[in-house]
Amino acid sequence: MTQHHAETPLAAAHTPSERWREKAHPGTATYAKAAVSLIFLTGVEVVIFYIDPLRSVVIPLFFMLSIIKFALVAMFYMHLRYDARLFSWFFVGGILLATSVICGLIALFKTIFV
Amino acid sequence: MAQAAHAEHAPEHPTSTGLDNRKLLMWLFLGSDCLFFGSLIATYLINYGKSLVGPYPHEILDILVTSVSTFVLLLSSFMFVLSLAAHTRGDYRAFRVWVLCTVILGCTFLGFQVFEFQQFVHEGLTPRTNLFGTTFFTLTGFHGAHVTIGVVWLLSLFFLSLRGKLGPDKNLSVDIAGLYWHFVDVVWIVIFTVIYLSGVVAGTNAAGG
Repeated sequence: MTQHHAETPLAAAHTPSERWREKAHPGTATYAKAAVSLIFLTGVEVVIFYIDPLRSVVIPLFFMLSIIKFALVAMFYMHLRYDARLFSWFFVGGILLATSVICGLIALFKTIFV
Repeated sequence: MAQAAHAEHAPEHPTSTGLDNRKLLMWLFLGSDCLFFGSLIATYLINYGKSLVGPYPHEILDILVTSVSTFVLLLSSFMFVLSLAAHTRGDYRAFRVWVLCTVILGCTFLGFQVFEFQQFVHEGLTPRTNLFGTTFFTLTGFHGAHVTIGVVWLLSLFFLSLRGKLGPDKNLSVDIAGLYWHFVDVVWIVIFTVIYLSGVVAGTNAAGG
């Protein structure tokens, strides 16, 4: 299969290692560290939820923690940090479109958490 | 190991990108699914606080129960990366054990969701009660449907492996199933923050509590 791959000019010009670089996936230790971080961050979210003096400023904190958790899963479990950059573009493109839809509708209806 | 992973993920036939089209398609699907969930979240947000009758989010959402189900789903993602790692190194017995753990945790999450829905209906919140009910059940219901599809997919991988039909040449199939499962997890991370944590805090603040 590799031979067939090399014989094709199109594929030879764009092998994953050249145009779309791919690295080896992480090991169990990295997965475990990501899991511990995710559980810890979720724990932090739940704890600050119950701290009454923080109630007025806690929503941006929740969003920040959520973005970190999202990035951890996408980078380490979905391997975006290691796989070809093209996959990241597809996913980030979808996220940006979704975010713009959310922001556009909120601006249109002028309402969020009222 | 890099070479091994590269060989296992090499496309079945030459492509213009040098990447396997099946994985590319899965990422395209996930990108479009972001838009699907984005629309549902936007619908929830623009209707937030517009319910004319209760129950309202801060009166009914149970953060402790949902935190436990969030832990369960996060743990299931960890179990699945362990199963993918086991499959990549050719340890198929460990692969089946971890996949089964993922399936059990996925079913546990669904159990939590069924319990929550039952509680809400018991307390008078249905999709027809108010705008909160409609948008909440639609969003979390579609997420639950995604989890259910994921559980069925992972179970099919388990049984294929049991029959010896998930050899090293099928590593990409496991990887693609994993992408779907982790996507379901990241969507829940957003739902938990927007609908549960922020929704309850905003509701409590608005009610003066």
